[in-house]
Amino acid sequence: MADFEPKIIAFVCNWCTYAGADLTGTSRIKYASNVRVVRLPCTGRIDFMLLMKAFGRGADGVIVSGCHPNDCHYTSGNFHARRRWIVFRSLIDFMGIDVRRVHFAWVSAAEGAKWADLVNRVVSEVRALGPYEGYKRLAPVRADWRTRDAG
Amino acid sequence: MQDNMRRKAKELLSGGAVRVVIGYGEGSGGGVRALFVRKPEDADRLIYDERCVQNLAVYLTRREVKALGKPAIVARVPVMRTIRQLMIEKQAAEGDLAVIGVSSDGSLLDFPDLKSMAEYVSSIPFELSSDERAAVGKLEKMTAGERWDWWRGQFSRCIKCYACRQSCPLCYCERCTVECNQPQWISVPSHGLGNLEWHVMRAMHLAGRCVNCGDCSRACPVNIPLNLLTQKIIKDISEEFGDTEEYALNTFKPDDKEDFIR
Repeated sequence: MADFEPKIIAFVCNWCTYAGADLTGTSRIKYASNVRVVRLPCTGRIDFMLLMKAFGRGADGVIVSGCHPNDCHYTSGNFHARRRWIVFRSLIDFMGIDVRRVHFAWVSAAEGAKWADLVNRVVSEVRALGPYEGYKRLAPVRADWRTRDAG
Repeated sequence: MQDNMRRKAKELLSGGAVRVVIGYGEGSGGGVRALFVRKPEDADRLIYDERCVQNLAVYLTRREVKALGKPAIVARVPVMRTIRQLMIEKQAAEGDLAVIGVSSDGSLLDFPDLKSMAEYVSSIPFELSSDERAAVGKLEKMTAGERWDWWRGQFSRCIKCYACRQSCPLCYCERCTVECNQPQWISVPSHGLGNLEWHVMRAMHLAGRCVNCGDCSRACPVNIPLNLLTQKIIKDISEEFGDTEEYALNTFKPDDKEDFIR
């Protein structure tokens, strides 16, 4: 599994983490290119089904990130999201889904370095875990079906 | 008890207080079924015994039942809890229905209004039984891989009939996400992926709302212990957020604790 490169989907909020990831770029910090960023208005918008969909479409790991508590652009979106993640993470763990592949973080618009560090760490952890074969085997579909439209 | 219930139903119907009494009646094959009594003289067909466990509150939000007029409903404690939850979610309001309550020791309860019913049911602690806690605990003790295999085995029987949803009084959305195909959130076939997605979504949409009446697992034709998922969430919510009267995922505390966000 030496040449395995994990596919990571990051769901980030528009106001903090997306801007933070932008800062990583403008600061010329290099980080792993395995991550595909999906920008959403707020962590409160990050429905748990988006995470399920990412895994269903062949992701090996997922990052969810947004504003630090008390910094939400919409005041309380991240507080609501935090509750949902507490319940959701525990539920999927209870169902045997590998929670080591689901990462949550607070990354503000000023934390470009933290974003790079987060992505690098997640990529190396998921690389060590290998492809999420258990999940990929759930649906009997042709092997190239996922790569075709998940790019 | 049964006589008192019939008398009460008769009184409500003949006095014009309600148009229909939703209760239990003798079904086929020694089973019971939901009975909709619309005439006082039919009230004698109502029965009440240990077989009467279905959560009848499921009918309250159904359009065809609403069309019958104001109902009275035979309600055990979990059913009263459901009605209270429906009131919190603005699906039932004072005056919409009458409750023929049955206490946990099997005596008839008379409530002047829904508010007093809600107060009564709030005073009974909402917690998992020791058996339920043990069942959840047994799975928690397994490794993640063992749990994955265990649930894969359970879900492999799922035929996606959605009886769990139809039987659930709190799954009342007229259009369910599972029927949404743009985008297609849940894979349609009942293969491993589709079944997993469906059961995650069902449990999550009931998080903080489920009253643990057990109708989902009773309705399941292939005996998947579905309520283990909702019971796990009930346990988590009471451990993480404390006992809360409100819908736990519709509120928050600024100091909610977790240990996994970096």
